[in-house]
Amino acid sequence: MSDSTKKVSPQRLAWEKHTLEPALSKSPERQKEFTTVSGYPIRRLYTEDDLAGWDPARDLGSPGDPPYARGIHATMHRGRLWTMRQFAGFGTAEDTNQRFRYLLAHGQTGLSTAFDLPTLMGYDSDHALSEGEVGKCGVAISSLADMEVLFDGIPLADVTTSMTINSPAAVIWAMYLAVAEKQGADWKKISGTLQNDILKEYIAQKEYIYPPEPSMRLVIDTYEFGVKHTPKFNVISISGYHIREAGSTAIQELAFTLRDGMEYVEWALRRGLKVDDFVPQLSFFFNAHNDFFEEIAKYRAARRIWCKAMTERYNSQNPRCWALRFHTQTAGCSLTAQQPMNNVVRTAIQALAGVLGGTQSLHTNSLDEAWALPTEFAATLALRTQQIIAHETGVTNTVDPLGGSYFVETLTNEVEQGAWDYVRRIDAMGGMVAAIEKSYPQREVAEASYRYQMAVDKKEKVIVGVNDYVTQERPLDILQIDESVAQRQAARLRKLRADRSSAEVDRRLTALRKAAEGSENLMPFIFDAVKAYATLGEICEAMRTVFGPYEEVAVT
Amino acid sequence: MPEKKIRVLIAKPGLDGHDRGAKIIARALRDAGMEVIYTGLRQTPEMIASASAQEDVDVIGLSILSGAHNTLCPQLMKLLREKGMHEVTVLVGGIIPEADIPALKQSGVAEVFLPGTSTQNIIDFIHKRLASAR
Repeated sequence: MSDSTKKVSPQRLAWEKHTLEPALSKSPERQKEFTTVSGYPIRRLYTEDDLAGWDPARDLGSPGDPPYARGIHATMHRGRLWTMRQFAGFGTAEDTNQRFRYLLAHGQTGLSTAFDLPTLMGYDSDHALSEGEVGKCGVAISSLADMEVLFDGIPLADVTTSMTINSPAAVIWAMYLAVAEKQGADWKKISGTLQNDILKEYIAQKEYIYPPEPSMRLVIDTYEFGVKHTPKFNVISISGYHIREAGSTAIQELAFTLRDGMEYVEWALRRGLKVDDFVPQLSFFFNAHNDFFEEIAKYRAARRIWCKAMTERYNSQNPRCWALRFHTQTAGCSLTAQQPMNNVVRTAIQALAGVLGGTQSLHTNSLDEAWALPTEFAATLALRTQQIIAHETGVTNTVDPLGGSYFVETLTNEVEQGAWDYVRRIDAMGGMVAAIEKSYPQREVAEASYRYQMAVDKKEKVIVGVNDYVTQERPLDILQIDESVAQRQAARLRKLRADRSSAEVDRRLTALRKAAEGSENLMPFIFDAVKAYATLGEICEAMRTVFGPYEEVAVT
Repeated sequence: MPEKKIRVLIAKPGLDGHDRGAKIIARALRDAGMEVIYTGLRQTPEMIASASAQEDVDVIGLSILSGAHNTLCPQLMKLLREKGMHEVTVLVGGIIPEADIPALKQSGVAEVFLPGTSTQNIIDFIHKRLASAR
């Protein structure tokens, strides 16, 4: 509903005339326009006038009931706190295994694995293109042997693990399942999340290997495999996080993520899967940026959109499909290299938005992440931030404390509307894969990111310590990863290749290649290759020979 | 006669796909009247050196956020020297620990821009640097 058609109450008119106008004439407001961090306009005051046509029974509902605006569980964080899941990974599998054990010992309740760039791109640590990158942005995993070390002494039957891996997701998941099998953990009971969201790679993070078509096939292969063998595992985490980090607005993050979700559903339906069987294993992942209320509105709108899409667009009969479950990570792109201690404050407020928005799990960034991967000190402080929100602030005492706020409900409506507009535009283009091939979401994000940067450069948006309140500082003590990680990985790969049966590896890679040429589900072939200690690089290369590489059209 | 436009190559070396910064810089320099070539992702130092020679650029801007700068930058500088491209100004932007900056400059990098740098600072730096070289 636009402002011009809105009915204004007599009370509001009287206030404007007798109270507001004199106040404004005495002291004007600080700015002509107030906007969110996304540049979305915010009005002076929200009242019941803004909610004309809003039906609390239909649009708000009750917690645990459709449309889930108030959260997906009846008791929300009174019943169970969110999972505190700190993303970790650096160096070799041994290094990260130690960090995992440390985090679990300090009250973290789930694991989340960061892989290094060679792993994310499907290259072994000793590949020429891996030079300088091994173990830097995450842990280096080149084979099942590395995965065995990564989870050594961590019972996969009891711990839920999230793995941030996309293009090679099927291979890394196969390694994880092989470790679980070796530990004697029941696949039917193990739980965790595979990121496995290739669409947002083309849109934002750009860690793709193959073109969209075969990549989508691999994703749907994992759904099919997961429905059958690992009913408790989230086979995908449909991610807005990276779209936002690439510079999108909140509405773009919401719209592209949910439209990605619909794209996966539609590809799975075409494979012959049934909505009510596989959708319960889909999960979502959003960013928590600086603009507190915009973020909360985004999470609430996300749940409403998904519920509507499931019930109206896909005729789902299973309520477990309707409720959008999501992970939240505070915004890495909001952290400043300058005055890094300020990042603790930013992160705390962003995390609070995630909690008030009804998140199921949360990662809080560390203060030093504009410089490097976190030190143990910084990572612990980030975890403590969540524990303070959970146990000291009182915000978990009641369900959806912001429900019914004129501002929050209006913003939720507007953000939802904005997202549906994008969904319709992408539908008209023929879906998300078609839109990506036209560079549509890429261009929208690049535009938004440039607009934001110009606003910061012109100081229309103040960033404390960066374009205002600037001081001289001393450098931080940061985590440095040296090249010995690459040498240790190379030595381990040499040994692996010498110890395994290369005839068996060749046989299984050939079988995988043949299957890739046809239309069979590739998961069993990948699993076989992994168990013979074929490396990540070898497996990805086998598929690359069939699928070919993907090159994007760079949009600037 | 109008002054010759400054030619800039913006490149992302290494495996990292985080191209937000590179794209913003490419566009800001273009808006400031420079001729900008953006190479796209995953360029090896060899690819960057030969593209720079071919395009006859005045400035190369590298965006690196992955921690691979200590490997990639010296490799590129060596290749540029081998091609006799002593004049080209090499700038690095991204996540670079302050402790690594002296060694990068030693290898021939003209300046390192850290997160939070305004695009105007970079534009000003390029103008000043090229004016003093001419």
